[in-house]
Amino acid sequence: MRTDITVDLMEYQAKELFAKHEVPVTLGIVASTPEEAKAAAEKLGVVVVKAQVKAGGRGKAGGVKLAKTPDEAFEHATAILGMEIKGLTVNRVLIAPAASIEEEYYFSFLLDRANRRYLCIASVEGGVEIEEVAKTNPDAVKQIAIDPGTGVDEAKAREIVAEAGFPAPLTDQAVQTVLTLWKVFVEEDATLVEVNPLARLAGDKLEALDGKVSLDDNADFRHEDHAQFEDKAAADPLEAKAKAKGLNYVKLDGAVGIIGNGAGLVMSTLDVVAYAGEKHGGVKPANFLDIGGGASAQVMADGLDVILGDEQVKSVFVNVFGGITSCDAVANGIVGALELLGDTATKPLVVRLDGNAVDEGRAILNAANHPLVTLVDTMDGAADRAAELANTQGA
Amino acid sequence: MSIFLNKDSKVIVQGITGGEGSKHTALMLKAGTNVVGGVNARKAGTTVTHGDVELPVFGTVAEAIEKTGADVSVVFVPPAFTKDAVVEAIDAEIGLLVIITEGVPVQDSAEFWAYAQGRKTRIIGPNCPGIITPGEALAGITPATIAGKGPVGLVSKSGTLTYQMMFELRDFGFTTAIGIGGDPIIGTTHIDALEAFEADPETKAIVMIGEIGGDAEEKAAAYIKEHVTKPVVGYVAGFTAPEGKTMGHAGAIVADGAGTAQGKKEALEAAGVKVGKTPSETAALMREILQAL
Repeated sequence: MRTDITVDLMEYQAKELFAKHEVPVTLGIVASTPEEAKAAAEKLGVVVVKAQVKAGGRGKAGGVKLAKTPDEAFEHATAILGMEIKGLTVNRVLIAPAASIEEEYYFSFLLDRANRRYLCIASVEGGVEIEEVAKTNPDAVKQIAIDPGTGVDEAKAREIVAEAGFPAPLTDQAVQTVLTLWKVFVEEDATLVEVNPLARLAGDKLEALDGKVSLDDNADFRHEDHAQFEDKAAADPLEAKAKAKGLNYVKLDGAVGIIGNGAGLVMSTLDVVAYAGEKHGGVKPANFLDIGGGASAQVMADGLDVILGDEQVKSVFVNVFGGITSCDAVANGIVGALELLGDTATKPLVVRLDGNAVDEGRAILNAANHPLVTLVDTMDGAADRAAELANTQGA
Repeated sequence: MSIFLNKDSKVIVQGITGGEGSKHTALMLKAGTNVVGGVNARKAGTTVTHGDVELPVFGTVAEAIEKTGADVSVVFVPPAFTKDAVVEAIDAEIGLLVIITEGVPVQDSAEFWAYAQGRKTRIIGPNCPGIITPGEALAGITPATIAGKGPVGLVSKSGTLTYQMMFELRDFGFTTAIGIGGDPIIGTTHIDALEAFEADPETKAIVMIGEIGGDAEEKAAAYIKEHVTKPVVGYVAGFTAPEGKTMGHAGAIVADGAGTAQGKKEALEAAGVKVGKTPSETAALMREILQAL
């Protein structure tokens, strides 16, 4: 929804950005078949086979395994590829050289929206259970505020390293690593750069063994190379179709398709439909779709096309408040969309219009008198009708 | 009375010659706003005409202020140029800066917010519908025709929910309605607006609209409990929104459970705010309060 303005990267993509900014990292080899995993292990020796999905808890889910031989790498890749982790299918594994870890640290830079600045979180008690450490021993997890106006220079990096308590022999390496991670954060327009673990390897070498990066897609205009990070394969097919048409659509698990204008109003529409659904067999909203300000016939047709392509959808609720957009344009959009879709439009539409030029809009829909369209005056009433229709159509 | 914007406000538009800037300059004038000029460095010295009003275009905000006495600027420039436009306006010491532009990189917002600290400019937005004091002035894109003047103060993260709520309570009317925007980093917050409405003698009751994400509503709830004596009615959108994917551990360490619609509702109710389940129920709660006044 609106808060979803970031693009999350997989580990191997994060590591590529790390390498670009000279963060100490070993890239490894990405494999999408067991054969490729085996071939990679033949090159690298003892390896770790790591599931590449945009979710945490990969290790706990069995998505990270040590392979001492190429055959073991083949076996692990066979098991991990196709596995589901937190609802996401694993399509790729990263074959990373196994490292001899002496200590594990935690490090991140992130946007601290509550305080309208950035935050650095660092702990020398790193590893997978950092949230636990934060709860049981909060003093071990240092939070250092970063002023967006001044950022992180060498003096600030030294302050961070001292505060976190990195061991003395690692101080200079840690300062350099903090500076390079800061470069990743600001130069790539990230909202999160996280390394867990940042490891002390044999010979006192500091290296990022994992990486999580979230990028701000509002900044895509100054990062042409970020387009490659969009994970088209993993996206829901309806979401992919909507994205191709430039629609702000999120697939949910329900029977009432939703189209509205403005993120807040659409979110509110989902809630109102869910409440109405409690009286109608528990039907729920099927999606979030914000068509924004300009509701042309084409945008409305694209939106309806995506929603009607969702087999779970039994009815559609079009909820528009005409602010700048006028309701006559929206009504023309709906009529035009139904013409464009022709016989492929088969599910009932409940339409609620209010605001700018509402009388004209309602008149257009009444004149068109389309058999699928029901006009309801209020948002709550329309939600109730859409939920009722979804429930009876589903039965 | 009103907050932040009134009939004496002199408004300039940064990006007055662009498509959105031009369209909404005309609407702001139509709403009675005293628009006194615009800024576009490449078109300095020219004028733009809306109806019978001819407005000068200046090269810089500083020049516009010097020549017109402007104290409010509305920003319509594209996202790539927003940060520079904002910093320029802050340097020129504009009193109120309303950033309508959608899609501003969050690091740019973080930087200009940091820059504004200790300086003289109040920022509203970015990615917001702006502010309207019905019958007096509009600095933004809120339709001026929805509702007139009245006793209700409205502050909202969402644009269309602002319009919806103004529509629901149009028979009562508003002192001022502010859309503060839903971006991760914004200038004026719910708390800033609550503080101003509390101090405004004409505002008798306040509607506050929030949505999932961040902790602004929780903070506002704590503020209301301590400092607001006027009745406040709340609405929060996003109960059925799917939980955002949390990447990594950092969010879990700092977020601490804040951000859900349910959490926000409970925080507001604990502060004595009546919270509606739907926009119309929220309006009904406000209606009861207004009728009892």
